[in-house]
Amino acid sequence: MASTLHISISAETIAKIGALEISNSMLTSLIASSLLIAFALLVRSQLRQTGRPTMIQNLAEMIIEALYNLVESITNSTKRTKLFFPLVATFFLFILLNNWLGLFPGVGTIGILSNEEHAAVELMPQVQAATPAQESVNNMEVNSDSATDGEYAEGVAGGVAEKVEGVHEGPTFVPLFRAGTADLNTTIALALVSVVATQAFGFQFLHLGYLKKYLNFDNPITFFVGILETILEFAKIISFAFRLFGNIFAGEVLLAVISFLVPVIAPMPFYGLEIIVGVIQALVFALLSVVFFNMATVSHDDH
Amino acid sequence: MTPEFSIAMTMALGGFGPALAIGILVAKGLEAIGRNPEAASKIQTNMILGAAFAEAIAIYSLVVALILKFV
Repeated sequence: MASTLHISISAETIAKIGALEISNSMLTSLIASSLLIAFALLVRSQLRQTGRPTMIQNLAEMIIEALYNLVESITNSTKRTKLFFPLVATFFLFILLNNWLGLFPGVGTIGILSNEEHAAVELMPQVQAATPAQESVNNMEVNSDSATDGEYAEGVAGGVAEKVEGVHEGPTFVPLFRAGTADLNTTIALALVSVVATQAFGFQFLHLGYLKKYLNFDNPITFFVGILETILEFAKIISFAFRLFGNIFAGEVLLAVISFLVPVIAPMPFYGLEIIVGVIQALVFALLSVVFFNMATVSHDDH
Repeated sequence: MTPEFSIAMTMALGGFGPALAIGILVAKGLEAIGRNPEAASKIQTNMILGAAFAEAIAIYSLVVALILKFV
């Protein structure tokens, strides 16, 4: 029935627990987390010190060893590797699993038809842009009169749409699952964790000397560099978040559009591309994290 | 200038710089590997890292284009 293209830049709400809204990307990342935890518990229950490990143990050892060597090649110090490795490996595995779950059959296509009315904009050809989740929540609670919603849609879409249809009543399709990292909330959270961990590691290794990276009163030049470093830290948060979000969300849009135009055979190379992009983006996030951790723990004397 | 045109130009101009940057980066990386094949894996890791930084700029312009189109 839904022969229209459904692309929404923010994750839609599928359930509410009190005042907390559960979005579809939150559900998918919960599934990814539970898969990871289940795998870890399974390996742990079967862990044996033997020369002929079982398949599961072999797989886990391969993954852990590859990631450990990767971290060690950047830090060149066993003590720092042991400290950074859990967080970095978790970043890699969590982001990888979230990216790949977005390609799984059923994610994005299985959903519920909700009957709330909310302003929709009809673009040419039949691309249906969902309004941000905030507005649909307002409509769910307030059930505001359709006239103002229609005007709001016209005002917003004035520059973009060629044909505005005001309020669109009828069932709207809300996907039940959506890639966890295709939601800006998840990626901003991951970026915040990474940057805050950088500062924490810096303080742990250099104690208060770490502040000399940002407040350096030796001469005006280093003071200016300190200010730039502060701005760089905030830019890192934005950069981490948008790099991951942009790659995965753009991949989702690409797959949706291709599947909408030519459903057979043509999406295959794009699925391959998306699998590779998922691996590369997870690797880049983890690698950049470990590089920044390492740079934060090296003392700032070599300038 | 129609809205679709501005969206397309956002992506076109925003992708030009990063594409050039990644090209130069990978060229230098390959040259370095050619000179010193033993350090290939270290060079490759840093090359991928640099390419990810450069690609992030293209992704920013992609996000702007997507927001313009769908919001």
